[in-house]
Amino acid sequence: MKLIPTRFLAGAAILALVASACSSSGASPTPAPVTTPAPGVATPAPLATPVVTPVPKAVTIEWWHITTGEPGKSIFQGIADAYVAAHPNVKINITVLENEAFKTKLATTMQSGTSPDLFQSWGGGIMQAQADAGMLQDITAAVAPWASTINKGALSIYALNGKQYGVPWDMGMVGFWYNKALFTKAGITAPPATWDEYLADVTKLKTAGIVPLAIAGKDMWPSMHLWTYLALRIGGGDAMAQMIKSGNWNTDACKAAGAEVVKLNALNPYQDGYKSATYDNEAAAVGNAKAAMELMGQWAPGVEANDSTSKKGIGADLGWFPFPTVAGGKGAATDGVGGGNGIAVGKNASPEAVDFLKFFSSVYNATKLNASTPATALSPVIGTESAVTDANLQLVLAGRGKATFMQLYLDQATSPAMGTAINEATIALFVGASTPDKVCAAITTAAAAQ
Amino acid sequence: MSATSATSARPRAGFKVPTKWVTISLFLLPALALYLLFVLVPVVQAAHYSLYKWNGLQPLDNFVGLKNYATALGSDTFRTAVSNNFLIIVLSLAIQIPFSLSLAVLLNRRFTGRTIFRVIFFLPYVLSEAITGVVFSLLLRPHALIDSGFSSMGLGGLIQDWLGDPGFVMITLFVIISWKYFGFHMILLLAGLQGIPREIEEAALIDGAGRWQAFRHITLPLLGPTLRVSVFLSMIGALQLFDMIWVMTRGGPLGASNTMAIAMFKAGFQSQQMGYGSALAVILFLFALVLALAYQRFVLRRDVEGAVTAFNG
Repeated sequence: MKLIPTRFLAGAAILALVASACSSSGASPTPAPVTTPAPGVATPAPLATPVVTPVPKAVTIEWWHITTGEPGKSIFQGIADAYVAAHPNVKINITVLENEAFKTKLATTMQSGTSPDLFQSWGGGIMQAQADAGMLQDITAAVAPWASTINKGALSIYALNGKQYGVPWDMGMVGFWYNKALFTKAGITAPPATWDEYLADVTKLKTAGIVPLAIAGKDMWPSMHLWTYLALRIGGGDAMAQMIKSGNWNTDACKAAGAEVVKLNALNPYQDGYKSATYDNEAAAVGNAKAAMELMGQWAPGVEANDSTSKKGIGADLGWFPFPTVAGGKGAATDGVGGGNGIAVGKNASPEAVDFLKFFSSVYNATKLNASTPATALSPVIGTESAVTDANLQLVLAGRGKATFMQLYLDQATSPAMGTAINEATIALFVGASTPDKVCAAITTAAAAQ
Repeated sequence: MSATSATSARPRAGFKVPTKWVTISLFLLPALALYLLFVLVPVVQAAHYSLYKWNGLQPLDNFVGLKNYATALGSDTFRTAVSNNFLIIVLSLAIQIPFSLSLAVLLNRRFTGRTIFRVIFFLPYVLSEAITGVVFSLLLRPHALIDSGFSSMGLGGLIQDWLGDPGFVMITLFVIISWKYFGFHMILLLAGLQGIPREIEEAALIDGAGRWQAFRHITLPLLGPTLRVSVFLSMIGALQLFDMIWVMTRGGPLGASNTMAIAMFKAGFQSQQMGYGSALAVILFLFALVLALAYQRFVLRRDVEGAVTAFNG
């Protein structure tokens, strides 16, 4: 008889477990984005319900960013703290994530039908997919009063079909970062202005026993930028836009860009082990003065320093020059490949979240990003340019300011699948396993599968 | 279900058997529910998603039938991935397991310091795959430790672009995988060897069998069950290969070190082709399922048979 209560209890406990398992499964379903509402339904009309109450109601803003490094991380926190101090009803929950972790977490969160109020964005194809799924808020009207305070080109990266979904806080241009001392050693007096000069300088560096150019075969995208620039210089901005739009890459510009890469390859300009090198390996090669150049965005000096053995990089030896022009090319010397960072607004974000973006984009706060050492960003907020102290970054800013056409990084301007296809097709060319025609055909095939 | 099972659980002399089954099923229920929820339901979901062209965010409404499967089977990248998986299986069975077996036999003998050797050989298994990947990536960089090791031995001519040469990368990876897992198989086989009574081998030796004959006809057959499990784990492990290769090469260069799991992850989470990625997942699942079932049915059967019959008796 002793057994009865024990058994009964055990049975009850198990039932409770089962019941809780079942109920929790009901409450938080496994990822079933089938139930994602149609985009039109999910996008609330902004400003339809303005919060005009005497006592402001408590609001929490969920903000995910990937600025893991200092001083940027503290600056972000400081701006959020300042906003909260001025708006006691608002609470800002910051989640700082590492780049890859952020992408995975955001994708799975969105698949379950929700999104953070504010989150890191690079615009382009991924933002398009998020907008199509109704995960983003159209903030065009809310931003309109202060849109003119931001660099127009940079702001347009976070807009689709005339609708603004986010705001940039960083905008730069890809160019060659080079080691002045190594250039001098190879007898090069001035950075090359044309592609022919560039190839000649590569030969000079080679002759002097210096590795001319570092690329990253494992990460693929650094050399993809080089190919993009060649296509842009040869075909011009219109041809580039047309290739992206039509999905037809079997063009003269595309093939000619590949042919120039083959010319470069023939000089054997890359560092040892470039086929399996990561971007960090590439940055270390330049930061340790083992390679003379890399083609990279505005963040290069910081990463080079961080990845170098001395943690200081090459210091004053570092210089910057824009991508050279190609003889007979249709592109202008002032056309650029660039991009940066922005903050996108989630579908359910409160008006306070957008107001915080305005605060974040004020000259006062944006200046902090530019003025930090090293610079956290090249802010696109007009009037913050002079806060940048670094001479090289001033060159990047000048390039950005003069840009007659700005192509967003090709692997981000297109859909993720296209971006991967472009990276894979171009790296095959750089490691000598493909031909210019094959690259264009592979990208065209990938575009057709979209 | 709840009320009836609770009341019928009251012990009555005549209902011993049902009571026992009720208890068993009650105890099984939570595990079963979890298994259903986190294993079977996702498998079915993946199969469902694999019939759509879907980026993971948009509504699931672009039904494409078996097109994703056709794309996968027609893709050179995926075919390379499949053959890489099978290459690792074959190499593991041909090299890694025999090597582990010979080490196990060696370390089964009595000699001073054998515990230390056992620990040293087992140690790589304790490391996580990610850490192993990072460490070997550093060692294998040009002019790093491994290259200078070869040079200092006068074998500089053997130096390869270990992870950068599409023709060589799988060999490099296989060596590292073997380095990581031989200790595990060694310990498994060592445990098996220790379960074999020494007297049997001694009897064979007294009867005039040579050392090799005793090993071949006494030890090896008796080690059969352990060996078969070891082979099984090795095969399934090779099919699921992901972490270390992802860390070291991300399937590159040029897709030369893709495995099915890496192709799946790339399609799903890099290219955001969730439908296509799901199709790859289903194909991987089918490979593993067929292999596991066939192996259970034809190879492991005699080992499992005893256990099942004993349960019924």
